[in-house]
Amino acid sequence: MSELLQFILSGITVGAVYALVALGFTIIFNASGVVNFSQGEFVMLGGMSTVFLLDAGVPMLPAAVAAIVIACAVGITLNKLAIQPARGASVVSLIIITIGASIFLRGAAQIVFDKQLHRFPSFSGDEPFVIGGATILPQSLWVIFGAVAVFTGLYFFFTRSLMGKAVLATANNPLAARLVGVNTNFVMTLSFALSAAIGAFAGVLVTPITLTSYDIGIALALKGFAAAVLGGMGSPFGALVGGLLVGLIEAMTAGYISSDYKDAAAFIVILGVLFVMPHGIFGRATVERV
Amino acid sequence: MTLLSVTGLGIDFGGLKAVDNVEFSVEPGEIVSVIGPNGAGKTTLFNMISGIYIPARGRVMLAGEDVTAMAPQDLAARGLSRTFQNLQVFLQMTVLENAMSGRHLAERGPILSDLLGLPASRRRSRETEAEARKMLARVGLDRGAERQASALSYGALKRLEIARAMAAWPRLLLLDEPAAGCNAVETEEIDRLIARIAKSGVAILLVEHDMKLVMKISNHIVVLDHGEKIAEGAPEEVVRNPAVIEAYLGSQGGKEATDALG
Amino acid sequence: MRTLSPKYATLIALIALIAVAPLFFPSTFYYRIGALIFINGLAVIGLVVLIGYAGQISLGHAGFAGIGAYACALGPIYLGLPPVLSLILGAVLSGAIAWLVGRPILRLRGHYLAVATLGFGILIYMVLNNESQLTGGPDGMPVEGLGLRELLKSAGFEIKASKLWYWLAALVMLVGALLALNLHDSPTGRALRSLHDSEVAARSVGIDVARYKLIAFVISAIYASVAGSQIALMNKFISPDIAGFLHSIELLTMTVLGGAAMVFGAVIGATILTALPQVLTALHDFENLVLGLIMMLVMIFMREGLVPSLARLVRRRER
Repeated sequence: MSELLQFILSGITVGAVYALVALGFTIIFNASGVVNFSQGEFVMLGGMSTVFLLDAGVPMLPAAVAAIVIACAVGITLNKLAIQPARGASVVSLIIITIGASIFLRGAAQIVFDKQLHRFPSFSGDEPFVIGGATILPQSLWVIFGAVAVFTGLYFFFTRSLMGKAVLATANNPLAARLVGVNTNFVMTLSFALSAAIGAFAGVLVTPITLTSYDIGIALALKGFAAAVLGGMGSPFGALVGGLLVGLIEAMTAGYISSDYKDAAAFIVILGVLFVMPHGIFGRATVERV
Repeated sequence: MTLLSVTGLGIDFGGLKAVDNVEFSVEPGEIVSVIGPNGAGKTTLFNMISGIYIPARGRVMLAGEDVTAMAPQDLAARGLSRTFQNLQVFLQMTVLENAMSGRHLAERGPILSDLLGLPASRRRSRETEAEARKMLARVGLDRGAERQASALSYGALKRLEIARAMAAWPRLLLLDEPAAGCNAVETEEIDRLIARIAKSGVAILLVEHDMKLVMKISNHIVVLDHGEKIAEGAPEEVVRNPAVIEAYLGSQGGKEATDALG
Repeated sequence: MRTLSPKYATLIALIALIAVAPLFFPSTFYYRIGALIFINGLAVIGLVVLIGYAGQISLGHAGFAGIGAYACALGPIYLGLPPVLSLILGAVLSGAIAWLVGRPILRLRGHYLAVATLGFGILIYMVLNNESQLTGGPDGMPVEGLGLRELLKSAGFEIKASKLWYWLAALVMLVGALLALNLHDSPTGRALRSLHDSEVAARSVGIDVARYKLIAFVISAIYASVAGSQIALMNKFISPDIAGFLHSIELLTMTVLGGAAMVFGAVIGATILTALPQVLTALHDFENLVLGLIMMLVMIFMREGLVPSLARLVRRRER
């Protein structure tokens, strides 16, 4: 029983990270219809920037904040230089652009930083808590509560604030949003900044547990993307559910079956779900008008 | 035998009855027009008859066969063809290839033969090309048929869709607002084209707002409003029907339509 | 003057390039690069059928290359098959798996299809990576060569391995190109290409959309498998990376770089992206940077790919 609980806890921890990455995918997708495969690189930037800033003598909190700001800047630049010039391109072209961007960012990271693994100390030490016979690291709690805070905050942002509603309006119907005075370019910029910030935030939180290096972005992007699709592309709640599900499936597979196939299990489940629900769990079917 | 018979046809979107209890028939070689205000359910009706939607209620019979839930490709095999309100031309293919694709059922063969470029495969393509060029000539698009379809004007694209739909000489042709979005000149060309098709013996089910065309060629008009049939009959009767005038034509439109009858 | 049909123009251009290129090779090493280009070119021609003709997408096609490669590695050992038969077995296996898996997967569209193909590719990679008993795991395993050189030597004809593979891979690619070009102008080809622009219109003219999507998927799987087999036989060694996500993305990029809709464009794309890492080994650390930059720039500024965009530029200049 406590073994099951152990797997659940580690599944929720890693699932929280996937959920945050998936949320980043969802926000950008909703604003622009683009699937941003470089989402994982924001997580990498969050962790790596913090590491190098700490090494340069900057204290923890300012370093983390600065890392998030750096990621935001990269996200905004990515949008301005790579995504906006490509408006109207086909799905395949956009996928290649964002994958190209992720390769580029990875290439830049290996030059600016280095190719080593890095970490920094956990926020609240490494003494694990014991819950019902299972252990959980304090840092894991940081990750989980961080994710909860982000999702809750964004929920209120999207449903209660005027800016948030403007973002939703743009996602729903860009032309109509422009006609009622929403600055859709700003919404795009904001979405990229927000997604980058969320990714970097996740990176900062999880580095003490999983370590970071210049190439962790790609695996995270793949899992996060798959989680977003599982939950239904474009649904923030779907991102949360999808991310947690992928994390739990991974942990269960690693625990009960074989750790070699934990990545495979998640994809098998996703394939299974998509065959039965072709638009993901909470996705909306788009109706083609003829 | 009646070519197309629609009985009690209905479908709902959410809580809305988009089409309800629609009933009419088309005889071989007959021209039937479906008119009504925007949102009356005309395209939805077309989509049910052509297999894109499965009706919730009612039946569609094609030459005595129940085709109610049949897929579009099977309907095509039974001689039903259509054009689309929002143009569904194959823009990446050439004008000629678009027309040729209309003859898919006639030209398809073993994949291996096509891959290897065997003489039989090339003969099939040649025959299809010849038939397609003839059809393009009939719609006035035979010049520059090797251009990419995306190079054509809007009106020409409308005619290309008709060429594609006609390429396999269907028994029943569904035309969904063939002149929509066309300027006066383009509309005139399409009207004449449809009249020529009508003379060739193909049955036509036409959705149109251009009352001049409707009056000129229809044997029979069905009027829809809010998803239901509110009138049916010969053009002269329908156009004087008070319910129709109220719902769609307006008194001025009614007068114009009557004048169009000449 | 009668203009040459695109099909023959493409074939002649390819043959010319293949025949003329060796005159510029400073060393025999370049024969190997050429062979690699033709092998990648074959896989990419298959993707042209799937992506350029039928308008689908695959982020996991390297999986089929992996199946073809490991068929050649394992066939001789576990089934006692000679390498050529193993290659055929790999192709049949890939085709069969594509048939089985394709039916449900191709019902998905857009990003959902992308994820499904992604998952498929990753699953193949994982099986190859984890079943080390069978496949040697991440360290890879040796592959018995074709034995063609020995055969020729016994007939009195000596040739270096790299040169032999250059001409062999070129021949296989030309056959693949011919088949794809035949397909383009054939009834099947028109049916496939209609899927690219409007599935609903395709249905309305009687095209069985599901069936033709599957045909494109199976054909492209077989192309990728044969390409993977050739890599295994040429290098006499294979590792699971051949089925990995990065390889899938490389293949996808090659396809779109040159111009996804055309066989010739695909080969150009394969040439650029195969030759580039060789050119960049000097700047090894900058490889990712440059690759990513090229991918972005070409897709942003030359959307249809290099060949169609350049062709349009030339036409405009001529006016």
